[in-house]
Amino acid sequence: MIYSLTRRAALIGGACAALLTLSSAPSQAAAKIQRLVSPGGIEAWFVQDATVPLIAMEYAFGGGASQDPPGKPGVGNLVADLLDEGSGDLDSKSYHERLDRRAIELSFQSTRDQFRGSLRMLKPYGRAATGTLDSVPKIEIADLKDYVRRNIAKDTLRVAVVGDVDPDTLGKLLDKTFGDLPAKADLTPVPDVVAAKPPQRAFIPLDVPQTVVTFGGPGIRRHDPDFMAGYVVNHILGGGGLSSRLYKEVREKRGLAYSIYEALVWMEHSALFIGNTGTRADRAGETVDAIDSEIRRIATEGPTQQELDEAKSYLKGSQMLALDTSSKLAQAMLQYQLDRLPIDYIEKRNAIVDAVTLDDARRVAKKLWGDGLLTVIVGRSPQAAAQPVTSPLKAN
Amino acid sequence: MSSRRSVAFVFAVLASTVAFSTTGLRAQTTVTSERPASFTLDNGLQVVVIPDHRTPVVTQMIWYKVGSADETPGKSGLAHFLEHLMFKGTARHPAGEFSQTVLRVGGNENAFTSVDYTGYFQRVPREQLPTMMEFEADRMTGLILKDENVLPERDVVLEEYNMRVANNPDARLTEQIMAALYLNHPYGRPVIGWHQEIEKLDREDALAFYKRFYAPNNAILIIAGDVELKDVRPLVEKNFAPIPAQRAIPEKRVRPQEPTPAAPRSVTLSDPRVEQPSLRRYYLVPSATTAAAGESQALDVLAQLMGGGANSYLYRSLVIDKGLAISAGAGYQGTALDPSQFSISVTPKPGVEFAQIEDAIDKVIADLAQNPAKAEDLERVKTQLIAEAIYAQDNQATLARWYGGALTTGLSIEDIRSWPDRIRAVTAEQVRAAAAAWLDGKRSVTGYLIKDTAPKREEKRS
Repeated sequence: MIYSLTRRAALIGGACAALLTLSSAPSQAAAKIQRLVSPGGIEAWFVQDATVPLIAMEYAFGGGASQDPPGKPGVGNLVADLLDEGSGDLDSKSYHERLDRRAIELSFQSTRDQFRGSLRMLKPYGRAATGTLDSVPKIEIADLKDYVRRNIAKDTLRVAVVGDVDPDTLGKLLDKTFGDLPAKADLTPVPDVVAAKPPQRAFIPLDVPQTVVTFGGPGIRRHDPDFMAGYVVNHILGGGGLSSRLYKEVREKRGLAYSIYEALVWMEHSALFIGNTGTRADRAGETVDAIDSEIRRIATEGPTQQELDEAKSYLKGSQMLALDTSSKLAQAMLQYQLDRLPIDYIEKRNAIVDAVTLDDARRVAKKLWGDGLLTVIVGRSPQAAAQPVTSPLKAN
Repeated sequence: MSSRRSVAFVFAVLASTVAFSTTGLRAQTTVTSERPASFTLDNGLQVVVIPDHRTPVVTQMIWYKVGSADETPGKSGLAHFLEHLMFKGTARHPAGEFSQTVLRVGGNENAFTSVDYTGYFQRVPREQLPTMMEFEADRMTGLILKDENVLPERDVVLEEYNMRVANNPDARLTEQIMAALYLNHPYGRPVIGWHQEIEKLDREDALAFYKRFYAPNNAILIIAGDVELKDVRPLVEKNFAPIPAQRAIPEKRVRPQEPTPAAPRSVTLSDPRVEQPSLRRYYLVPSATTAAAGESQALDVLAQLMGGGANSYLYRSLVIDKGLAISAGAGYQGTALDPSQFSISVTPKPGVEFAQIEDAIDKVIADLAQNPAKAEDLERVKTQLIAEAIYAQDNQATLARWYGGALTTGLSIEDIRSWPDRIRAVTAEQVRAAAAAWLDGKRSVTGYLIKDTAPKREEKRS
């Protein structure tokens, strides 16, 4: 059986990879990040670490699902599924046999803004790793081919590597792996998208034992000067563990839910805050009200000085813990590149957290949550939907 | 594509150290990680220290040798409910203080319950270890429960049930399969409990269970990370040595065992929300603890060979060659005190009957039970399994989980460390024999998940 039950659900789906960024970054590893450029000009952020005999590599091409052709969403995702179905003269079976014989873990994923790859392998096989991505797989379906042609190119490639390999060898490997790709991607420009304006509430009846509530609204872009203030104040409202206001009010005091979370999500062309909880049908209205009232309270009053201090303390301390494995470190190093942060961001980040003032936190809380929520309720209870939509807080 | 990961939690007991020299590999590597240190206090608390000096972080994980299979009948879900309540504070540290302290230093924490054990952990900067240990030792015996926080927490657990089980047809099928597989052993009860019993659990139930099972002689403390034994030992002695042993706790847990399986069983769960039918089959098989020498490792290899990824026999047969299914996998749960499960899981292509799928599964099994696996397949599978042990070294929390899971189910540190060697030693004949002995229909329950097309009760969509 062996499923284990954990006391708190982790973030349930929904949120994107960007979430990992801010919990990032330590100390010793950070100091060792180097910018490595291969003989063929492929750039990677790299940490050499021989503690464990493995190599973890994370990489991304710009594009992702935003480059799916009109009317055919899912092309990038299908490419991700099919990329490991063979390469060059290797059919799917031989390709997987070769991976498995070396215990290489390789996976692809199309996110909204990137096409990503993830590789983990034992050290001795670094030199033997040929033919994985050195030529683009021959996929017959024209859409897939076209997607690959337009997306998989060197100019949008970002690479992060952590592991037991020396820089010279890695440089050659990078050239072997990515060197033959086209120089430039041919991406379709993607317009910025602004989320619908809160408040709005939708109820979708579905005969399920537990009512599911998803809520959100427009968020903060990564390069907004208010980003870090938003990140800190969001931690107070809904982030982190059992200290958040939503956790305390909805779960701990009222026992309305097992899992409740809320997080900032940032993408290349939009930004959101998104939260989710599951609650019993006969108390769904109470749950939605409790969430709504916490959102309004933090928008109106902001956090307290003590909450701000504790949130900063957590966010600074958690840096180190987030990067304690090779894979986690590689993922964070890739995310920093995608977020266009400097290579020494890890060292600067705590000062940026520290610089957030109570005024900043209040101002950004009002900006984020002052209009209330977009809420979707799926479940048996019609009463939640029947309640009047709350009017926006206009607080300026 | 279905991989073993999506199928089950295959990890038997994996090891942190590997003398890596599989012959089929092109190069040889010898990995020698430090052996974990271990000592036991006079009050019976076993302590294991696993070094990882890459970052100044430490994981404290305390394991109690009590799980859902140790509950009194009628009180299902109590081990897990108590796990939730362990965060409600003590006389010395009122509710919330422990968790706040963890967060203030940027740490994280959680807890978990299984059939055989309950565990609690914190990951914190290493200088916080003394503080964490003081809190953890304090709540081993100092828990204070009040109805004002017990009752809302019971509602939380009921919502957890709704989220994990009630809203999830696949999880409901798992409950039915397990209940049918175990005719007599408490593994047939869900860890989270049956709903009507969870509803009635109360403060007194939780406290009685706590007093009965939470004691140093029923616990294992694992400290993994940037620490040295010489620093850990005085801390453990200071915090845990004063706690008296509970002599009433038996050395060995003895539970009702399964009779010899006599008949294949099947269960069908239909639910209107099912959009894609699927099939799972569980066999009752030995765990790493109950198996004869080498048998559990043969089952590890067998599961990987049958259902580990795109090269596995099930995947090749059902998905690639016959085109009957869109995914197929297998898994073996080795870590358990009592006999556990070997599972097969298949999602048929639309329109394909379950009978066709089962024919194909049975052919794969019959072939494995009659013919020794090809040497190259065996080699590939062993390499993958052994690599798991190396990848695990990358994560101190994973290592702590492996050691804790193994030690609380009756294995030793040596069992864990020698696991890669024992995987390497598995022969084709042992794999064949394991398939023949254990993948016997009489030992199995087959579960079908199908769409319920009966007219809805009411509530129309608007």
